[in-house]
Amino acid sequence: MDASAVIDILGPLVPGAAFEPGRSIDFATIYVPGERLVETCRALRDADALKFTTIIEVTAADYFPREPRFEVVYHLLSIPRRQRVRLKVRVPDGGSLPTVQGIWKGAGWPEREVWDMFGIVFDGHTDLRRLLMPEDWEGHPARKDYPVQIRKAAQTYEPMEISESEFRANIERDRVKRTH
Amino acid sequence: MAELRTETMTVNMGPQHPSTHGVLRLVLELDGEVIQSVMPTVGYLHTGIEKTAEQKKWQQVIPLVERMDYLGAQSNSLAYALAVEKLLGLEMPARVKDIRVLIAELQRIASHLIWLGTHAMEIGAVSMLFYAIRERELLLNINELIAGFRFFPSYIRIGGLREDLPRGFHEAVNAFLERFPTKIDEFEGLLTKNDIFRRRTEGVGVVTVEDAAQWGLVGPIARAAGSDYDVRKYFPYLGYETYDFKVPTATEGDVYARYRVRIAELRESVKIAKQAIARITPSGAWACDDPRVVPPPKDKVYTEMEALIQHFLIYSQGFTVPAGDVYFPIEGPRGEHGTYIVSDGTNRPWRVKMRAPSFMAIQALPSVVKGGLIADVVAVIGSTDVVMGDCDR
Repeated sequence: MDASAVIDILGPLVPGAAFEPGRSIDFATIYVPGERLVETCRALRDADALKFTTIIEVTAADYFPREPRFEVVYHLLSIPRRQRVRLKVRVPDGGSLPTVQGIWKGAGWPEREVWDMFGIVFDGHTDLRRLLMPEDWEGHPARKDYPVQIRKAAQTYEPMEISESEFRANIERDRVKRTH
Repeated sequence: MAELRTETMTVNMGPQHPSTHGVLRLVLELDGEVIQSVMPTVGYLHTGIEKTAEQKKWQQVIPLVERMDYLGAQSNSLAYALAVEKLLGLEMPARVKDIRVLIAELQRIASHLIWLGTHAMEIGAVSMLFYAIRERELLLNINELIAGFRFFPSYIRIGGLREDLPRGFHEAVNAFLERFPTKIDEFEGLLTKNDIFRRRTEGVGVVTVEDAAQWGLVGPIARAAGSDYDVRKYFPYLGYETYDFKVPTATEGDVYARYRVRIAELRESVKIAKQAIARITPSGAWACDDPRVVPPPKDKVYTEMEALIQHFLIYSQGFTVPAGDVYFPIEGPRGEHGTYIVSDGTNRPWRVKMRAPSFMAIQALPSVVKGGLIADVVAVIGSTDVVMGDCDR
């Protein structure tokens, strides 16, 4: 099934959305407008001729200095129809996309990784925190304008401090537990 | 009697816990022994391989990607090499395909052996680890034979293989394939009907087919739940459609079903490897004949000027890959192992992204262990066969 066949099926399900077939050498690639992404994904998952029920991955590529610089890429798999499809969404610097967690739960972490690495915000995401980089990291390392080799001072943390009264209170709390 | 306290307890597990397969940190919220919630923290093994790959030439990425999923090293480089070859439009000679199939299946056996040993050890059958490692040693010896490097051979290259098979390769592989099925029987004798093992694994950590699709789990975890999806059957590559093998499945979706599926996969891998080794001639083509990618033979380099120039160009500038992007999935030991690469038409990759099965498996972990007992967490992690190097990349 090539891109135009998929677009023909999607057209009536997502009325008015401007889909665009992409160039590819492996399987169908479709450019999807970001604001219609969730509807499109729901149609891809539920339409009987498509059944893209499995999320393979969500990733991104930075085409800096081209504008819009990012392309977020969704790879989907339909086991019943033996099909794959690639969705691409163009995102400008500082842009955001709706999350597709509501369609496939498994999109949560890949979207977190894309935010962590590229700084693309997913609106409505339940847990958009750093995933691979430390929580206090600055910047998004997979961007093309992020330096490859950087020097960063070692992170030191305050040692854990506990007062004597807190220590005794802890022991007392445990003691109560043991008498049961 | 004092009033009963009913608050939950928060327990930290890892990142250095031996059962977390590397450095995975879990924060468990417990009500007695029952798990209320789990919060995994990953990233301790993040080494920025994908970013580093963008600074390397195409061929130089091979040793890097082998270090991602370090137990299934050659399935990483196979996925990467196949993706780049697809962009280049290269077609491999049949012998190269057969050798790659053989290596991929031996790699699957090696990876499953580590899974079997550690998984059984973590739920009490300590001696299994030694039996499994003993067999894996033979596979590492075969790696040493073909490349001089036991863990990360980098033997699969873009354009074919590093060099021809060494003397004694067929004997070593055949000796292993003859010996190994009896060893699988021994492993099964220790575990399959073992009452303690079954009580620890049956009905624990159940994943349904629908859950597997939702969480993006494709591979042994989904097959243990009843899916028959295997990249080798659905989207054949390397001529897998010409091999006779079955895709083992189960329907229960619990830890024990995943154990049975992987054990059956070991037997199927032996079957494929036997067919592959029978097809491979002791000497012959070990790379395609595209002069852009494969350097000329050494004797020509020493005698012909053009060959010398070509040799110099390949090793200094590298080769360019046509602009475009491609996703190439293969069936790795842990599930669908895909590589997404983007080329801008130069001699260095623009973007390399490995689809990590372990990443998706850890993401799904909280929903699998919720409501279970704390002792089952270790069994479930073991049965998902996660490798943190694969997850964090």
